Amino acid sequence: MASKKKKKLTPVMQEYQELAKKIEPKRPILQNCIRAFIAGGIICEIGEIIQQMFMKWGGMDQKEAASPTVAVLILLSVILTSFGVYDKIAQWAGAGSAVPVTGFANSMASAAIEHRSEGLVLGVGANMFKLAGSVIVFGTVAAFIIALLRLIFDPSSAGGAS
Amino acid sequence: MLKGHQSWVFENKPTIISTATVVGPFEGQGPLANDFDIIHGDLYFGQDSWEKAERTIIEEAAKLAIEHANLTKEQVQFHFGGDLMNQIISSSFAARTLSIPYFGLFGACSTSMESLALASYVVNSGGAKYVLSGTGSHNASTEKQFRYPTEYGSQKPPTAQFTVTGSGAVVLAPKGEGPVVTSATIGRVVDMGITDPFNMGAAMAPAAVDTIEAHLRDLEIEPGHYDLIVTGDLSKVGYEIAKNLFAKHNIPIQQTQYKDCGMMIYDYNKQNVQAGASGCGCSAVVTYGHLLKRVQKGELNRILVVATGALLSPLSYQQGESVPCIAHAVSIESNV
Repeated sequence: MASKKKKKLTPVMQEYQELAKKIEPKRPILQNCIRAFIAGGIICEIGEIIQQMFMKWGGMDQKEAASPTVAVLILLSVILTSFGVYDKIAQWAGAGSAVPVTGFANSMASAAIEHRSEGLVLGVGANMFKLAGSVIVFGTVAAFIIALLRLIFDPSSAGGAS
Repeated sequence: MLKGHQSWVFENKPTIISTATVVGPFEGQGPLANDFDIIHGDLYFGQDSWEKAERTIIEEAAKLAIEHANLTKEQVQFHFGGDLMNQIISSSFAARTLSIPYFGLFGACSTSMESLALASYVVNSGGAKYVLSGTGSHNASTEKQFRYPTEYGSQKPPTAQFTVTGSGAVVLAPKGEGPVVTSATIGRVVDMGITDPFNMGAAMAPAAVDTIEAHLRDLEIEPGHYDLIVTGDLSKVGYEIAKNLFAKHNIPIQQTQYKDCGMMIYDYNKQNVQAGASGCGCSAVVTYGHLLKRVQKGELNRILVVATGALLSPLSYQQGESVPCIAHAVSIESNV
């Protein structure tokens, strides 16, 4: 792909892009990785604390506590998004705040807030999945492929028996 | 009139008789805050959508410029304006309120100087007594249209720029008190194949250099003719590239001060704006607010403002197209 793109460029363009590349500051990948690790870790830690609380005081076992834990995290993320804080955290945290479920909630809440001005149906309804939509589509496709592989290599698992 | 290949010299010296700048809260925290006429504390400007907010400041700057000129809108013949929104709705809807005969322009962030050049041409040739020229941008409406929802948590790369929330307008007249517009060079579209919409500076730098080179060639002058040459919104990355290109093209830019509006409006240490500022409002408020005040005070005699614009759309970059760019240069001199 990259070489195909390069072929279309004239020598002057290529020379310019080399110059531009030299001057552009690079994304600080190592720093971003460390920050993502810390931020992602903290979010997961918060999730763990919430889950433990549900287990301790809610009388749930680990499996039962999973869903309400996710719901609380989503709620927190939506609240932070609404107050305009989540995007500021994300500039620092990068993938750390994008990958957990909070990032998914943020992508939906931010789109819903942004397009509220176009009405409930054409605005919020139509645009809420603008960013989250591709996650769902490719998530479903990936899950289907994995399920198919499991069926092929481990036929006994078919039918939901574990 | 036409000089060289793509430049106009305005021998009647159209005068900028008034200016007005309106900015948002974030710009009000920057180092140029004292040069702006109105700083709003609310990013919505009392409206219920970002688009309406952008329209409001464009309208407000236009009305204020007319007021500063001691005119009424009925006395202004033409209005030149444009912005970054699809179908330039902000300017056109503002023009609906102003009801001054209107030319809608789109030159992305170069609109400030595109409109000033055309307005100067009209006044210079006797086509109008008073002409209004203005543009503006809004950070959130631009983010919404070109990038992601404003509250979406995406990490911006260090080459990204922050769209200015602000609007600037001027009124031009054949005679009067104020700085005069002496020449303009209309740029051509330059595309060096940059496809990254988060790297506008690198995309626009060649267009700026191309227009400056054309301006110097057409007018047969050297950069030293100006006290200051300022580009619109190249910001850190584009500015460095432009300096490299000047050296490569043997343009002795060191004869003068070379600056960039995108690096002047925010405080890099306190405000998290990555490479710097961008947007129609950037060159408009910095030029009309800050630079023209310095010209009037006599700190600068001759300046060349080169507004740069990236002519992309969200659709064009999603389809993998590169970013065509343009730059327009206007020279402004003190009237003494």
